[in-house]
Amino acid sequence: MPFALTADQIEIRDTVRRYLAGTLPLERVAGLAASETGWDPSGWADLAEMGWLGIAVPEESGGVGLGYVEQAIVVEELGRALYSGPYLSTVAALPSLEPAEQAKVAEGSARWSVAVSGLVPDFDRVDSVLGAGSGSPGACERLESIDPTRPTGRITGGAQDAQPPTVNQPVLQTLLAAEALGIAERALDMGVEYAVERQQFGRAIGSYQAISHQLADSFGDLELARSLVYASAWTLSEQPAEAARSAAVANAFTTERAVAVVERVIQVHGGIGFTWEHPLHYFYKRAVWLRAFAGYPSELRSVIRSELAGCLEPRLTDFGGEGDLIRDECSVL
Amino acid sequence: MDLRDTPDEAAFRAEVVGWLRENVPSGLDELSSPAALRDLTDIGPAKAWSAALAEAGYAGLTWPVENGGRGAPLTHQAIFLEESAAAQAPSHLGVLGLGMIGPTIAEHGTAGQKAHLPKILSAEEIWCQGFSEPGAGSDLAGVRTSAELRGDVFVVNGQKVWSSFAHISDWCMLLVRTEQGSQRHKGLTMLLVDLRSPGVDVRPIRELTGDSVFNEVFYSDVEVPVENVLGEVGAGWSVAMTTLGHERATLGFSLVGALEAQLGRAKALARERGVRDPLLLDRLAREVIEVEALKLTNRRMLASLSGGGTPGPEGSAVKLRWSLANQRLTALALEMTGPEATAPPAKWEYEFLRSRANTIEAGTSEVLRNILAERVLGLPRSR
Repeated sequence: MPFALTADQIEIRDTVRRYLAGTLPLERVAGLAASETGWDPSGWADLAEMGWLGIAVPEESGGVGLGYVEQAIVVEELGRALYSGPYLSTVAALPSLEPAEQAKVAEGSARWSVAVSGLVPDFDRVDSVLGAGSGSPGACERLESIDPTRPTGRITGGAQDAQPPTVNQPVLQTLLAAEALGIAERALDMGVEYAVERQQFGRAIGSYQAISHQLADSFGDLELARSLVYASAWTLSEQPAEAARSAAVANAFTTERAVAVVERVIQVHGGIGFTWEHPLHYFYKRAVWLRAFAGYPSELRSVIRSELAGCLEPRLTDFGGEGDLIRDECSVL
Repeated sequence: MDLRDTPDEAAFRAEVVGWLRENVPSGLDELSSPAALRDLTDIGPAKAWSAALAEAGYAGLTWPVENGGRGAPLTHQAIFLEESAAAQAPSHLGVLGLGMIGPTIAEHGTAGQKAHLPKILSAEEIWCQGFSEPGAGSDLAGVRTSAELRGDVFVVNGQKVWSSFAHISDWCMLLVRTEQGSQRHKGLTMLLVDLRSPGVDVRPIRELTGDSVFNEVFYSDVEVPVENVLGEVGAGWSVAMTTLGHERATLGFSLVGALEAQLGRAKALARERGVRDPLLLDRLAREVIEVEALKLTNRRMLASLSGGGTPGPEGSAVKLRWSLANQRLTALALEMTGPEATAPPAKWEYEFLRSRANTIEAGTSEVLRNILAERVLGLPRSR
């Protein structure tokens, strides 16, 4: 039962992290967000060339043929760097695409997004939209998204009904959780760095327990979140029938904790953490967006609430309307 | 990465499940409960259960064969604890001997001292530890209990406190100051003390639950033969650190196993009482998720330990989260039970009250957060 990244998986993580440290330092994030395109399309070919776009695409479709753990690792690292291209949107659509289209994604010639409740992240930087009526991002109107590094469109007109193929929710939820993990890890790093450097009353503020214990609690949050994220990614690849539950659990826990971690880090930074100039607010807004997009944690926990109330178990006897009554009661859980 | 059992692990799991099904007597849960332990004459059944575990090879699973163990990998220990929790089986009576004291004797002990090991496994000897003192709680280096060498014995004088299970123990692993006037970590020595020696006075502390699990132990001119020094004279601090390291390595599995069993009882309670209130169910759902996350985190740590790593300070996060989860869960169980939760037999009331100690024993939450902040995150020392 070895529950640890393999040497190959660690190599993937380190390679992605090195690449992003070189090409997307934190100083660039604000500039990109304010630029005309909002991201750097020239780097997309790199992602294809490194095999990261097709990392979970089967080899016969031009991919690398690895699984969702590797996919989640790449998403987590892009989250750490606050990458603003449509990588997550594209790979979240992959499981629903035909092999020929998957091959185009893997080679970098097709970018996708997914529509959830008529909302389309990265709509202005993709070619097609999964789950939208026309499949075209052109049918979207721009929303002022809370997250300036991830613009969101809303499908206009009567095309809001999801059209098949629909979005694979467990994959989407797991990858959103993986990105939230990366976002929060980087924020925690920033919090620790600041607490070590910043002096007040003649001491580093990290020597005050009111500060250090908030960071210690954040570490605990992320240790547990990491376990759930990798377990869910593994489940997607190896036990897909169980994935609806593990993905809901991983997403509910991780996105909630990620927001809490960034909030503590803002508090640790004091006034500077509340400025537009400091990059923390981008991390905060991304975390808040991630918490919302595939359903809020309280909503996702309904999977577990129903289990606890016995609503998901087959009933041995079902006299009259009693069973229906109980199911109705359960529906509000 | 593979969360499934290997064929070997699956076979071991099946063996454990089968054995527990055949051997866990009903009502045994009560045997190791404090109410039973309080009556010192009534630990017979719990001892018999512990001996049965040892006989079947489930005590000291990971101990080397020459010390009476099975030499099994840590994964087997994890599997055993998971299945014991699922079967609601009580734990071995000698928790401290198995998890902390035995491994320390195995590492630092002489051949003569290692003769205790099989007796720890069979529960023929119950062990406690004497570390904390009235003036040395979280700050263990404040130990003042003294031991003076006179001929071939150390003469021990002083007072220990919070010694779990001392009232049912035969032996104690005792941290004493052997160098008069020494400061902090220096001049400390670890002794193995027969609690039946003249001059030992064990006084159970009545806790806020009304039960007595912890004890004060007074030592007045207690003579301990020099061959009972564990490790070197003056090296008591490093021996104590070995013990606490073992505590961290194995504690996580035991704690989360117990929490999982507790969660199982809370789920059963929710069903019995037909709980449909979404607010209560959501709180229970959070604990279901927390326990899953803790179990998975233990497995990640297990992978790093099995790969030859040593237990790192990260384990402190599991203990910290476990204690808070158990406090929330027991409070929730009271609420799900309703007003009668406070009427006898009030099983959940006991668990609820007992859980207050969870954030204090085996490292207070504050000390654990300091460990995470300083040793994991690299923040400056807070003092």
